[in-house]
Amino acid sequence: MLLIHCPYCEDTLPELEFTYAGEAHIARPADPSALSDEEWRDFLFIRTNARGPHYERWRHVGCGRFFNALRDTVSDRFLMTYKAGEARPTLTQEAAE
Amino acid sequence: MSRYRIPGKGRVDHSAPVSFTFDGKTYRGLRGDSVASALLANGVHLMGRSFKYHRPRGAVSAGSEEPNALIGTSRGAGRFEPNTRATVQELRAGLVTESQNKWPNLSFDVGAINDRAYMLFSAGFYYKTFMWPKSFWDKIYEPVIRGAAGLGKSPTEPDPDHYASRYLHTDVLIVGAGPAGIAAALSAAQSGADVTLVDENPEMGGSLLSDPAVQIDGKPAWDWVEGQLGRLRAAGVRLMTRTTAIGYYHQNMVGLCQRLTDHLDNPPKGAPRERMWRVRAGQVVLAQGALEKPLVFDGNDRPGVMLASAAQTYLHKYGVKVGNNPAVITSHDSAWYAAFDLSDNGAKVAAIIDTRDSVRPDLAEGARKRGIEVLNGHTVTTTKGRLRVKSVRAAPVRGTHVGTGRSIPCDCLLMSGGWTPSLHLFSHTKGSLAWDGASNTFLPDRKTEECEIAGAGRGLWGYEAVLADGAAAGLRALEGLGRAGHEGRFTVANDRPGTGVSHTELPTDGNAGKARAFIDFQNDVTAKDIRLAVREGMRSIEHVKRYTTNGMATDQGKMSNINGLMIAADALGKQPPQVGLTTFRPPYTPTSFGAFCGYLRGETFQLTRKTPIDPWAEANGAVFEPVAQWRRAWYFPKPGEDMHAAVLRECKATRASLGIFDASTLGKIEVAGPDAVEFMNRMYTNPWTKLAPGRCRYGLLLGEDGFIRDDGVIGRLSPDLFHVTTTTGGAARVLTMMEDYLQTEWPELDVWLTSTTEQWATVALNGPNALTMLKPLVEGVNWDDFPHMSCAECTVAGLPARLFRLSFTGEVGFEVNVPARHGLTLWKALMEAGKPYDICPYGTETMHVLRAEKGYIIVGQDTDGTVTPADAGLEWAIGKAKKDFVGKRSLSRPDIVAKGRKQLVGLLTEDGSLLQEGAQIVLDPNQPKPMKMVGHVTSSYQSTMGHPIAMAVIEGGFDKMGETVFIPMPDGVRKAKITSTVFYDPQNERLKA
Repeated sequence: MLLIHCPYCEDTLPELEFTYAGEAHIARPADPSALSDEEWRDFLFIRTNARGPHYERWRHVGCGRFFNALRDTVSDRFLMTYKAGEARPTLTQEAAE
Repeated sequence: MSRYRIPGKGRVDHSAPVSFTFDGKTYRGLRGDSVASALLANGVHLMGRSFKYHRPRGAVSAGSEEPNALIGTSRGAGRFEPNTRATVQELRAGLVTESQNKWPNLSFDVGAINDRAYMLFSAGFYYKTFMWPKSFWDKIYEPVIRGAAGLGKSPTEPDPDHYASRYLHTDVLIVGAGPAGIAAALSAAQSGADVTLVDENPEMGGSLLSDPAVQIDGKPAWDWVEGQLGRLRAAGVRLMTRTTAIGYYHQNMVGLCQRLTDHLDNPPKGAPRERMWRVRAGQVVLAQGALEKPLVFDGNDRPGVMLASAAQTYLHKYGVKVGNNPAVITSHDSAWYAAFDLSDNGAKVAAIIDTRDSVRPDLAEGARKRGIEVLNGHTVTTTKGRLRVKSVRAAPVRGTHVGTGRSIPCDCLLMSGGWTPSLHLFSHTKGSLAWDGASNTFLPDRKTEECEIAGAGRGLWGYEAVLADGAAAGLRALEGLGRAGHEGRFTVANDRPGTGVSHTELPTDGNAGKARAFIDFQNDVTAKDIRLAVREGMRSIEHVKRYTTNGMATDQGKMSNINGLMIAADALGKQPPQVGLTTFRPPYTPTSFGAFCGYLRGETFQLTRKTPIDPWAEANGAVFEPVAQWRRAWYFPKPGEDMHAAVLRECKATRASLGIFDASTLGKIEVAGPDAVEFMNRMYTNPWTKLAPGRCRYGLLLGEDGFIRDDGVIGRLSPDLFHVTTTTGGAARVLTMMEDYLQTEWPELDVWLTSTTEQWATVALNGPNALTMLKPLVEGVNWDDFPHMSCAECTVAGLPARLFRLSFTGEVGFEVNVPARHGLTLWKALMEAGKPYDICPYGTETMHVLRAEKGYIIVGQDTDGTVTPADAGLEWAIGKAKKDFVGKRSLSRPDIVAKGRKQLVGLLTEDGSLLQEGAQIVLDPNQPKPMKMVGHVTSSYQSTMGHPIAMAVIEGGFDKMGETVFIPMPDGVRKAKITSTVFYDPQNERLKA
């Protein structure tokens, strides 16, 4: 069972308290009606499916907050977590290791 | 005393006999025995039959890796357990055991005919033999194979025992309490670190318990172990025996299964049988030691042929000589010590056969001194004996030539093919292994977790080396915690260092193709099978494993993996690491389902949510059904009524006068704040801006993909406050979805979301007399302005309430919400006030029928996650003037507007029969199979109108009104006409009363 750091509670807690919520940094378009069918399809369904570091959303059921995480899908290791709305962090060498 | 027990010897209690039965016969063992050691003490080697060939088998090991001696154990009704390893099961008074895979009995087994047909049952024989004719598979081959296959018998009764589970946080967890583990614990238990030391055996000490002559720091091994365990205990180290580390998971979480009562004569009442520990450790030290490998030669599976280390363990731990006349075949020094110890305890060792041309001088001298014949540079070509080995044939090997052999009589044969480090747990962490060409084995390489591997587990041999390594590993673990300590040093006398070589099959002068040289004893996989698999094109060890079933037995390849790999690599002409090793997966040893379930079974499987009105329903004979963790009153049968009669009565009473229903489980969310109406506009399909306070509206919630997610009536209590209701099962999901949008997409909106599901008790009143009955109880409502779809804050029966006028039945209806603590009071007050109107309590089934008659959908029953508002006929609920809401853009996607989508319609059967929910629908019942299915029945009920009604989703259903469709069922094809989904009061006249 993984230990996950909630950036709002500032505490590292068992995976049981969290749920996965899909890929991160896919903002809902401000005006969906302006999008072509293809663009809207991509927003709905097309995902990175990364092998390795993956930006994704998690929800801490305990405090109810959604946040973002960078997780390695090969090792299943959380490299970092950060608050929703914060810019996508770049993967530092230390974090990758 | 039995013939094979040495008086006074071992760690068993010679003054405490314990009787037990094996296959109906009573035997006597001693307190401290395993079932295997007690049987061996009685001269019983034959303990089971193999899985495929039904060959007679005995214990080959003395530990948890045992593949052969699997037995059924029993402690009365419901407490039968198959496939228990006789080498692990501790003796207890009255223990009943039985052998497996035999009929009619263990000595004479009809299934052994398979052994004669050996040539037919080669690797992959299932795939080859049962190919044709195809029609035979379902009716003949599979049932016969299933009948013959399987290990042991499954228990047939529920398990009456209970199982516990615990969490544990510890600084250092050490797995394995042999010399390396104890030394590691001594290092780690400094500077106040919290240390846990676990071992799967009943006693700690590991291999030292089988090597009492070794001296550490001037003390005999057993005294040293006792002294150090005392020190550890005094230092506060948690010592856990009978505790198997079954799996090693992320971030140093280790699962431990602790066996608590299986060894007790009379378990305390209520004691859990096993306890699962979920341990989070700062550092882990793996000191699991090594497992001895069998050698691969014809007849290496006869009862009496066993690992040399097992014989040594039976001798020293249990005081049991496994034979009076043992022979030894080995490629490793360690087996020589077993021969010496048996000889020193009165056995006449027939010969030590070593595949190596020469051995260490002190070993040769030890044999000479004891008068043991030594055959260096020899192989074993076969063994003889039906139910027990009687002789072994040894032959000299010169290069590739096998010379003339001779038969050596013996009553047991001890073998050693060297040792395999036990790296299962390390492999669970995806730690990588590296092939060590010198020792022909895999050793731990790159680590992924905060762990250390110590002792024989990383290929070390000899007690001094292992103790030093354990001490160093324990210190590294301590330093990993940021603490300091010093490293213990140990001096060892009478050490037993050793080396060895590895082999594929031993060379033979016989026909290798006919050799019965076993690799995986439990699955009856031979060396020939592995070579055949390679010849037939298997290149990866993963394919070889699945084709031959090598390593798929309950020991999960503990004994067979390396031998199988060596032979496969040899057959492929590759180095073993190029062929690879199969993945070890948890659990390390077979683990009971009970231990995994823990408390989560029966009534505590999951929580049961009950409404405030539940006690009344129970007292009044309700039949309950589970709905999304709630238990809800399903119907209220009167004496003599079945479900159908009760539901019809409840339906009719409601339509005729007045029904009362506990709707407290409805999900409720309060949406509050200055931007509440904007938030509602964005979330739900409907327009909310113009909904006046005091009015309510049916709300429809879509996913961003345009499919229906939830629905419910939503009341606007004030400009900035909405009382949202959701489906019973959707409450948490809807709140989460709302929170997601509010937190991450529209954080600028000033809105607060609060789950109020359990704060309100909700009672629904429906029927033509609902208004008349309710009016006198209400204060604070202006009835002149309270039409259908109104809401108000008021009092009902003197209780503070939120009153909704709405209908899920087609009759005049109300939902009265009061604070949950008043729910039962309200219910009783309404029941009393309803007496003049023959008020009828009804359950969820009647609610379903009444709503279906009106064509009101249930999300999740009439929709399935692929239904749009248009598909469900709910386009009227969409605020078309709104620029955007969740899912709006998807409603114009090409797939969503395409023709031929499944649409929700009504169905009436021609013969008046009741359709089955889920039944598939076709347009032409005479088309060839497989038929084109155009939809399915989503709801189907007996109705109050004298005939059954149904709803269905059917491709292009709206354009097929009045057409006939067909529903093929096992007992014949049903015909049904497509209709509107509204069967009752289509003009909504009854709501206007």
